[in-house]
Amino acid sequence: MRFDTPAATNPIDQLKTIGQPLDRVDGPFKATGTAPYAYERHDAAPNAAHGYLVVSTIAKGRITALDVSAAEAAHGVRAVVTAERAGKLAKGDHNTAKLLGGPEIDHYHQAIALVVADTFEQARTAAGLVRVEYDREDGVYDLEEARASAVKPKKGDGMGGAADTATGDFDGAFAAAPVKIDYIYTTPDQAHAMMEPHASIAAWDGDSLTVWSANQMIEWGVSDLATTLGLPKEKVRLISPYIGGGFGGKLFLRADVVLAALGAKAAGRPVKVAIPRPMMFNNTTHRPATIQRIRIGAEEGGRITAIAHESWSGDQPDGGLETAVNQTRLLYAGAHRMTAMRLATLHLPEGNAMRAPGEAPGLMALEIAMDEMAEKLRMDPIAFRILNDTKVDPEHPERPFSQRQLAECLRLGGERFGWSRRHARPGDVRDGRWLVGMGVAAGFRNNLLMKSGARVRLDRTGTVTVETAMTDIGTGSYTIIAQTAAEMMGVPMDRVVVRLGDSSLPASCGSGGQWGANNATSGVYAACTKLREQVTQKLGFNSQEAQFTDGVVRAGNRSIPLGEAAGPDGMVAEDAIEYGDLAKKYQQSTFASHFVEVGVDAATGETRVRRMLAVCAAGRILNPKTARSQVIGAMTMGVGAALMEDLHVDKRHGYFVNHDLAGYEVPVHADVPHQEVIFLDEVDPISSPMKAKGVGELGLCGVGAAIANAIYNATGVRVRDYPITLDKYLDRLPPVG
Amino acid sequence: MKPFTYQRATSPAEAAAAAAATPGARFIAGGTNLLDLMKLEIEQPAHLIDVNTLGLDRIEPTADGGLKIGALVRNTDLAADERVRRDYGVLSRALVAGASGQLRNKATTAGNLLQRTRCPYFYDTAQACNKRHPGSGCAALQGISRQLAVIGVSDHCIATHPSDMAVALRALDATVETVKPDGSTRSIAMADFHRLPGDTPHIETGLESGELITAVTLPKPLGGTHAYHKVRDRASYAFALVSVAVVVQRDGSGRVAVGGVAHKPWRVEAAEAEMPRGAKAVNARLMAEARPTPANAFKVTLVERTLGAVLSEAKG
Amino acid sequence: MDSPLDTPSDPSASDASPSRRDVLIAGATTAIASAIPLGAGAAPAAPAPMAGQVPGAAAPVRAQVLLTVNGVIREMEVDTRTSLLDLLRESLHLTGTKKGCDHGQCGACTVIVDGRRINSCLTLAVMHEGAAVTTIEGLGTPDAMHPMQAAFVKHDGYQCGYCTPGQICSAVAVVAEIRAGVPSHVTPDLTAAPLMNGEEIRERMSGNICRCGAYSNILDAITEVAERRA
Repeated sequence: MRFDTPAATNPIDQLKTIGQPLDRVDGPFKATGTAPYAYERHDAAPNAAHGYLVVSTIAKGRITALDVSAAEAAHGVRAVVTAERAGKLAKGDHNTAKLLGGPEIDHYHQAIALVVADTFEQARTAAGLVRVEYDREDGVYDLEEARASAVKPKKGDGMGGAADTATGDFDGAFAAAPVKIDYIYTTPDQAHAMMEPHASIAAWDGDSLTVWSANQMIEWGVSDLATTLGLPKEKVRLISPYIGGGFGGKLFLRADVVLAALGAKAAGRPVKVAIPRPMMFNNTTHRPATIQRIRIGAEEGGRITAIAHESWSGDQPDGGLETAVNQTRLLYAGAHRMTAMRLATLHLPEGNAMRAPGEAPGLMALEIAMDEMAEKLRMDPIAFRILNDTKVDPEHPERPFSQRQLAECLRLGGERFGWSRRHARPGDVRDGRWLVGMGVAAGFRNNLLMKSGARVRLDRTGTVTVETAMTDIGTGSYTIIAQTAAEMMGVPMDRVVVRLGDSSLPASCGSGGQWGANNATSGVYAACTKLREQVTQKLGFNSQEAQFTDGVVRAGNRSIPLGEAAGPDGMVAEDAIEYGDLAKKYQQSTFASHFVEVGVDAATGETRVRRMLAVCAAGRILNPKTARSQVIGAMTMGVGAALMEDLHVDKRHGYFVNHDLAGYEVPVHADVPHQEVIFLDEVDPISSPMKAKGVGELGLCGVGAAIANAIYNATGVRVRDYPITLDKYLDRLPPVG
Repeated sequence: MKPFTYQRATSPAEAAAAAAATPGARFIAGGTNLLDLMKLEIEQPAHLIDVNTLGLDRIEPTADGGLKIGALVRNTDLAADERVRRDYGVLSRALVAGASGQLRNKATTAGNLLQRTRCPYFYDTAQACNKRHPGSGCAALQGISRQLAVIGVSDHCIATHPSDMAVALRALDATVETVKPDGSTRSIAMADFHRLPGDTPHIETGLESGELITAVTLPKPLGGTHAYHKVRDRASYAFALVSVAVVVQRDGSGRVAVGGVAHKPWRVEAAEAEMPRGAKAVNARLMAEARPTPANAFKVTLVERTLGAVLSEAKG
Repeated sequence: MDSPLDTPSDPSASDASPSRRDVLIAGATTAIASAIPLGAGAAPAAPAPMAGQVPGAAAPVRAQVLLTVNGVIREMEVDTRTSLLDLLRESLHLTGTKKGCDHGQCGACTVIVDGRRINSCLTLAVMHEGAAVTTIEGLGTPDAMHPMQAAFVKHDGYQCGYCTPGQICSAVAVVAEIRAGVPSHVTPDLTAAPLMNGEEIRERMSGNICRCGAYSNILDAITEVAERRA
């Protein structure tokens, strides 16, 4: 199905199941521990041996000697894989650094060997017996130092856009602006730190390979695994029905799956590999740190005349940008504007996508800058943002937004949060030992369109089975796909079966970039539309007139149960959603406002979040319960980004020092208060037949800055260097006692 | 983790004798720190002596009005004991500020005292660490040190002791009771139990080879107001940036011990004379010898500010 | 006889029948002569002959352990290095208990042993002679969920589901801990009984990390169960 004109009224608009806050269909399995994750497939690979990684302990250089003899001789060991033994391996399209290093080493904790043994304990102990000697080389590990040598990347922003944009005369307008700010903001390297470590089981059957692997993007995973191992894509099957979180960390092939495959080949039996938690932080990818310069100039009345956002980030050679300026191209009006991104070569572990890449760190900076500007203008931060709202792409005014309710998000949020009670003067509110403040920020994340396919089966009992290689990483895919099929085919939820996460099923958009919900359900919509046509055709019904409700197809005075219509052999339809150029004509984005109240301990400077509210405008909300969970989860990650998350770079040895979950702190229960989420009533017929967009990343975008602004409001101390930990402002708090 | 043999101990003296007689033997009780380190091969015992069977899990009154806490009393049980809550509030508070509910259910009184540092360079076997590998150097000195020690440090080590409980025990002048391999027993004052790193940071306590902790004894209650204030980036389940244990009497006199700043719970009795004059005066003497890095210099200020808040709260 | 390799979804794995005595030998079948004899209640008075002398080529040392898991008595021979977590996941195929960090830093492996929640990753299987272990599979099944499991489903107290079994085991124990009067970091008065409120529950649940950030919903689920049973 090609989607190239705005959606008209369609069966989804009935909203019998779509739009309902239904419990997750996979919930009872998750709550009873019976949902099988990648490492747990005793059923599929009952005799799997255990593989344990050996990783590099230098960041850059060469292995000069790799002695695996003691490991090989150790009890229970079945095979040892090294780069030398593995032979030539290619690199997948989505990988920057090699997944099996040696002799050249690209980064700290790069995998250099796998030891396979009968038991986990044997494999781990034997891995400790591998002896490695290195010739260590100097590398570049400090973004601030490397900033001067950063270049404009040849591949633009890496997502089809430019590294730089410019409209009007920024320099002139900024120079002439009566009110202006010019500040540097920094965001640190961050880790996905999903709860399920990267894990895979690999099993060979002749020259065919099956892997059970935690992976968000089945299509990318299969083709990159085939490429890496030099196999035809048809010989690789990737199965990933349950994924213990990803946040972008499982978008790509990682060492676990490649080494499990190589280990299984070498050992002649299935092998399972999980990346041990203390290795994950340096072995896998992370969100790169940024240095951002923002300049805003405005008229006395608050109208922005000039806005510039520049960002510097680093990555491995041939890596990509953290696209921190992209939202600034679209979020606020202003005739004279420029953005630019520069990329430095660093020899830290590979930087790559983490939840809302670009916008998450970009808004952490931009939305502090907007708060600073509002203060300088003596304007309310909400009013300042609304004044500078735009209905068109400011760089390309001929492109309107398909929907844009940013102002409404801000207004309603202010009302619900009690913004009028905020003291504009910072450091003004005290509650016992706490300095109390409120902050606001705008949220913005683009809506991305991806081709996505599905197959729908109807059997003689009237049961509808949806099959697609879509994944559910906790987002609720199983549930909203079931809701889509139930709505389209007119059956209750308990007559729908959903099968996901298997590359033998029709290719899907996968889970990433908050594109999963809209695109995957649109693919199911397409397949169901085809199935409806087949049913009506078979029954000789007028397809325009036919109604699918309560398990029955009706047209005129005829009514046939779906199972009967399917017949003894059942029926099957497969289709995919593909998009025309609506995204070129219209800018499609999602919008939010984030409101936060914090308390800052007047003595110790500890910040604790007291209240949070998000108001989201993101097209049709397919399931308000799972969508809300996406948003509160993202808000929680925003608390981490604002207050604690920081991969500490050892700039001598080139690695992230706090490489475990005790050292890399993420929020715990006690950090998170009750969270409110409001979804504005919105349908976006430009986006897809579902008229939906995504919310999973929107919920994160802006949260960090809202917290930063609340801390400023509470204390009068402005910190522009994330995370905002007490050591950065303790000396600026009022005296104790 | 290296293979090891395993036995269940039957009596404290026999356990101590077995530990001294067996190469590479270690006691295991809660295991929450030892197993963590064994998985990383930072600890590599060849033999584990499980002391959980020794029954040292009671809290009993002593003849002089104090409490004798069995070495195996779990952190949860010690914090929840009615006598501890009533008479030694600082200890109860310190315990519940540490770790998580799950870990406190396993971790023991003795094991808590014997915890090893959380310095990230100690935890990464590829990095130089005099504590893990004597003579290899200290990667932390010029490295990431925000979390590390500011006082009592040496050119060989700037690790901190991670315990909360130990800070309260130091403020309370507790005594550690042990049995040696020859069956003799001794009492070690908390002040002497943990060592500063000096040039032997791998030697963390005064315990001899095979010596087993059997109990911790608290002197009779001090009265006064007890408080334990732990400062950390996230609200729970995190090690202290600094922590302050105080017992304050009505006349303003009292005791102060500080965690998160040194290789042992930090207390300077002479500084306590300044308590009636407030936190600034106490801190000036308590932290006089501080030698912080640029990244952790804030801890000196943080101790003073935290103490200030605790003292003004204690005044009511 | 039920296979010890039952998949977790097989109800027999969590079928509580204390009278049944499944004997199984886990892992490699090689018998190691030097394995320390550790019969029930027959702990050696002195170190076994081989104590501290691990057999050649670092062969595993094996020992017997007898424990009850979800009501089923299990007598097993294990590598002494085996954590309780790996015993559950790899030997008993009770994969509902999760390995998130293996170092006591996340709580995904939380199980209830002799009525108390612990991190099963930081304890050795051999240290649990005679213990009664309850895992998520022992609390309920998809068709007959424990009230806490049902409340998590109702309140969407999860997303990816990986921390969920640990959260639920912890939650069940937390409600009991508050009722038993165990104090926490946020208990205002140490000499009074702690209250069953949001602040107490949040603090006590803080040893269970949920990176998906379902905390607010998890609190709603626990609160509902705690209030219902009050």
